[in-house]
Amino acid sequence: MTDLSSPLSPPENASLRKLRRGRLRPGIVLAALVLAFLLVCGLWPQLVAPYDPYGLDLLQSLKPPSWSHIFGTDQLGRDIFSRVVHGASYSLYVGVGATLIAVCVGIAIGLTSGVLGGWVDLAFMRVVDILLAFPSLLMSMAVVAFLGTGITNILLAIAIAAIPGYARIVRSQVLVIRNSGFVEAARVLGQPPLRTLLRHILPNTIGPLVVLSTLGIGSAILHSASLSYLGLGPKPPTPEWGLMLSEGQGYLRAAWWIGVFPGVFATLAIISTTVLGRYIKAYSEGRE
Amino acid sequence: MTIARELFVRILAGAAVLWAAASLAFIVLQMLPSDPVQVIYGADATVTPEMRDLIRAEYGLDRPIWEQYGQFVGRILQGDLGTSYQQRRSVVSIIGSELGSTITLAVSATIFALTLAVFASVTTAGRRSHVRSLMSAIELLSISTPAFWIGLLLLTFLSFQWPIFPVMGDNSWRSMVLPVTTLGLAIFGTLSQVMRAEMDLALEQPFALTARTRGLSEWSVRWRHALRHALIPGLTISAEMFGSLLAGAIITERVFGRPGLGRITLQAVTNQDIPVVVGVVLFVAAIFVTTNIAVDLLYRLIDPRLRSATA
Repeated sequence: MTDLSSPLSPPENASLRKLRRGRLRPGIVLAALVLAFLLVCGLWPQLVAPYDPYGLDLLQSLKPPSWSHIFGTDQLGRDIFSRVVHGASYSLYVGVGATLIAVCVGIAIGLTSGVLGGWVDLAFMRVVDILLAFPSLLMSMAVVAFLGTGITNILLAIAIAAIPGYARIVRSQVLVIRNSGFVEAARVLGQPPLRTLLRHILPNTIGPLVVLSTLGIGSAILHSASLSYLGLGPKPPTPEWGLMLSEGQGYLRAAWWIGVFPGVFATLAIISTTVLGRYIKAYSEGRE
Repeated sequence: MTIARELFVRILAGAAVLWAAASLAFIVLQMLPSDPVQVIYGADATVTPEMRDLIRAEYGLDRPIWEQYGQFVGRILQGDLGTSYQQRRSVVSIIGSELGSTITLAVSATIFALTLAVFASVTTAGRRSHVRSLMSAIELLSISTPAFWIGLLLLTFLSFQWPIFPVMGDNSWRSMVLPVTTLGLAIFGTLSQVMRAEMDLALEQPFALTARTRGLSEWSVRWRHALRHALIPGLTISAEMFGSLLAGAIITERVFGRPGLGRITLQAVTNQDIPVVVGVVLFVAAIFVTTNIAVDLLYRLIDPRLRSATA
């Protein structure tokens, strides 16, 4: 399989090339505001949440949205809005944590592969190709099967599933930079290889990767909610979005609000990181 | 290179990928911290040392590691993926009995998504309109919304609030509508984005202009000429998405309580039934390799230029 696309533009964003100047502007401001709100929810939930996310009140169970409980209450009488607000921290933890690990390991593998070349490169990239053949959710699930369930294991599983993609991008980036003029110049001037690697190749590789990792955070949040929904994440009564939806599924006939609001927050988190990520990517490539 | 020779090389490469995937699975199995005997008998069960030796001998866990590896690969070559720890049935028969339901779901969802994507790209490519903006918004939503939540929403509003579609248990086509929509929407977004981008390019090509000057209507330029170009990346993505469909099936089958490959995969992951997990992973790898070869052959049918080119 030949890779015709440049390392900076995977095919899914080809339509972005045609984005008109400023068309996304209001959307981007909105996405930034939503993300800022979710960040506050994740870092200081007690500022936003009016109730204790674990506080039971069976007399108030399954109440529809009202002024005292704007998202209603769940089967155990807990305030859904407070639980949803507290849920932001788990999603941000997994989203940022998994992406950070995946990017760092991806850089290490891609750099080694691209710089050393030869059979090391061949071996690494064959393994990466095989791993890329598996859908990331299935791969994360396989990792969870080995590690066991839990929020940190989900984080690791999502990170492991994302590594091959980053490694491949870093490698192709390194190959481009390694043959460029300034690296050639550094080599000719007698700079030691390790210094060239750290001073010239690494910084030029990290830039595009930071941009791509914004998009990665969105998909990591999506996967963490999905894995939690499947019961592979934290245990009840943790207020995690996917888990809340899975726990509430038996009550949907009586209370639609249980099935709606955690999903709204999850979707908002994913959309806002995706929109911002695409914008940053377009901006860094000089398209905005 | 002749087609036969190229095909031979592709099949060889596919076999190498499968062999590597199997070896990788074996290595991971060896690194597994948990004791298989405990998984087979449950963590609480007290197992006497004699029983333990018996079980280890039964599953071949007492042999030297290279011999285990040889047996592992040998058995896979004979189409034997081992025995489930939990169900005491062969993994092949478990996958076989659940496959039909998932294939029906996956194929229906692919047809649904592909139809929608073809329609969306043919009607909105190369145009700046509100319809196009709306389509882009729907695509972004389809990519960013967790599939299980779409399923739950459909279930809540179209089964519980307004009972249009049956919840579950019904075997008629009506019980398929919501699961197919859920799974189909999950792949529609990416498919549609890629196909439209390709059609945008195709409509700017000289051949589109030629077709128009020949007096062809905009409609037939799009359907008869541009669509062919959009179908190539569409097919590539569809093949790559076959794995995603299985992952999506895990979620869809869970939401709607349907039997299938997804459900047994989830069960196996939850119970750490490793032979089933490895079996499913190898099965997906095999499917992936086969669809990729099939798609390569399909390209030649769609794009005559590839028949003569030495690709």
